[in-house]
Amino acid sequence: MRLLTHNMLSSNIKGVTDGFPLKIEAGKVVEKEVDMNTDFLKNIFTKIEWKPFVEAAKTLGYSELPEDVDPSLLDSQDFLTKFHHALLEIHLEEGALVCPETGRKFPVSKGIPNMLLHEDEV
Amino acid sequence: MWYMCVFFHRLLDYRKPEVEALAELFGAFAQDNNGEIHSLEWKLPKNFHPDNPFHFVNIPSEDIARNIAKRSILVKGMYEIWGEGTSYEQLEEAVNAYPDERKLPYLTSENTFKINIDSFGKTFSTQEQKELLQRLAFIPFKGRVDLRNPDHNFWFIEIDKYEANNGLPPIVEKRIFFGREIGAADRKLLPTYQLKSRVYIGPTAMDAEMAFLMANQGLAAPGKFVYDPFVGTGSILVAAAHFGAMTMGADIDIRVVRDGRGPDRNVWSNFKQYGLQEPISLLRADNNLPPWRAGLKEMFDAIICDPPYGVRAGGRKSGGRKLLKGVVGPYTVPDDKRAGHIPSTAAYSLVECVHDLLDLAARMLVMGGRLVYFYPVLREEDSPDPTFPEHPCFKLVAVSEQILSFRYSRVLLTMVKVESYTEKIADTAKAMHLDFKANHLKWLEEGNLHSAVFAPAPTSYKQGENGDSNFSKESKPKYRGKYV
Repeated sequence: MRLLTHNMLSSNIKGVTDGFPLKIEAGKVVEKEVDMNTDFLKNIFTKIEWKPFVEAAKTLGYSELPEDVDPSLLDSQDFLTKFHHALLEIHLEEGALVCPETGRKFPVSKGIPNMLLHEDEV
Repeated sequence: MWYMCVFFHRLLDYRKPEVEALAELFGAFAQDNNGEIHSLEWKLPKNFHPDNPFHFVNIPSEDIARNIAKRSILVKGMYEIWGEGTSYEQLEEAVNAYPDERKLPYLTSENTFKINIDSFGKTFSTQEQKELLQRLAFIPFKGRVDLRNPDHNFWFIEIDKYEANNGLPPIVEKRIFFGREIGAADRKLLPTYQLKSRVYIGPTAMDAEMAFLMANQGLAAPGKFVYDPFVGTGSILVAAAHFGAMTMGADIDIRVVRDGRGPDRNVWSNFKQYGLQEPISLLRADNNLPPWRAGLKEMFDAIICDPPYGVRAGGRKSGGRKLLKGVVGPYTVPDDKRAGHIPSTAAYSLVECVHDLLDLAARMLVMGGRLVYFYPVLREEDSPDPTFPEHPCFKLVAVSEQILSFRYSRVLLTMVKVESYTEKIADTAKAMHLDFKANHLKWLEEGNLHSAVFAPAPTSYKQGENGDSNFSKESKPKYRGKYV
């Protein structure tokens, strides 16, 4: 699971009002190289919740991201490289996503988050 | 400028919409953001049936025409026609009258060329081909012939009586065309991506040709983000990734999406097999209860999918009511069993599925983004023309039918997002959906479609008004063009 995915997901258990951001329990973290596409990064940038993104990257051992950002940074190659790396090249291979309200764990195995709810959570 | 667009004689309903979609992708229409939907101008050669492969289309530039043809799956060739007629004499006259400045640059001694002879529904013997080529001696070719890799391809196309039955009504009058090729589809893609050599497929994997057509409808391209909420073995996303798009897929079946058939035979390996960029993400999620955070919207450029409509595979959603042998309550999972618990799922009717899909697309697509999906249609004698789901955020731009059996067909729908998603719109959409459901979707409820498709043929013959017993397939129209 890449951090882009993490930034999109929340716990949608019945009764949970703010299931975002999910806490990350990191088991195995791997890095895979991905071709950089600047247009894609610029489009996605505006849709990222930045603080949770920075926190999630730290949990997975990457702390090069600036705490505060504004769109002018998109002209900086250095920033784009770091953003690209954190967004797309770091994978949580094994671990879990934890609901901030209930502590329910959504397992991540073989890189796939399992967001399906149990019968009594729907 | 007008070009002749010659199609392959298959998937007839998909041909023009493919060219239209690619015209949009390659910038044939001036940009404006007022949600207006553009389309190309089309013309038929005189006396030609609309389902025949020969069409004229007006495209702003040769570069755009070339890009469309090269990226397409169903365009056999895009040509600048130098002349046409009903006889060789007329053709010669027309080609001679065509302006020199459009012809001479392609006939110089520096250019190599090849003349191809083509027809439709008939073949020429070598002797006939030779004679035809000699008839073209009036064109002042100065360059060398190169049959392997010419700079310019010319086409001599003669359409006369069909020898084979191609499902079209007979030709009224012979017609001959001569023109220069602008571009053609790369059909070599199809054997490369054919399902039988794909490492991991499932029973409903999308065949390569259709997957490419869907990706073209979705305008998949580098920098775009494409989502498939019913990803299965990833066959649709493979096509989108081939065109350079970033992809993401979800499925409710974790065995398919996570495990596949082993470490080298799963969804990821299908992308590796062709050297494509892996999906950004695969996840297990329920289309009925999507796991997106509040406020997340306009993430994807296209949502392309084949929803489970219960003929070959039925849909499932969360919220099964299987009794749990727990001590806490009949549907409550005991705490010590939560970790490895496999939740039961409930049937997911197409009605609900389509509603959720439109809602998801309305929220998650960017403005101008495209929702491309298959929708089933029953083909009964007395059934009225099908109506398709609507949504206030979307405009339906393409409807392409593929007949699957005597009883049903599937229709590829392309919808473009023209309005932003708001809570108010979501409510209107819900009302529209309920109305649609009440009026048109009865047969789409759980099980009905499956039984309609698989029920045995009626054994009792219907009594006709004049006493004839005439229940038979003969009552179907004779023209079968759409079956190809």
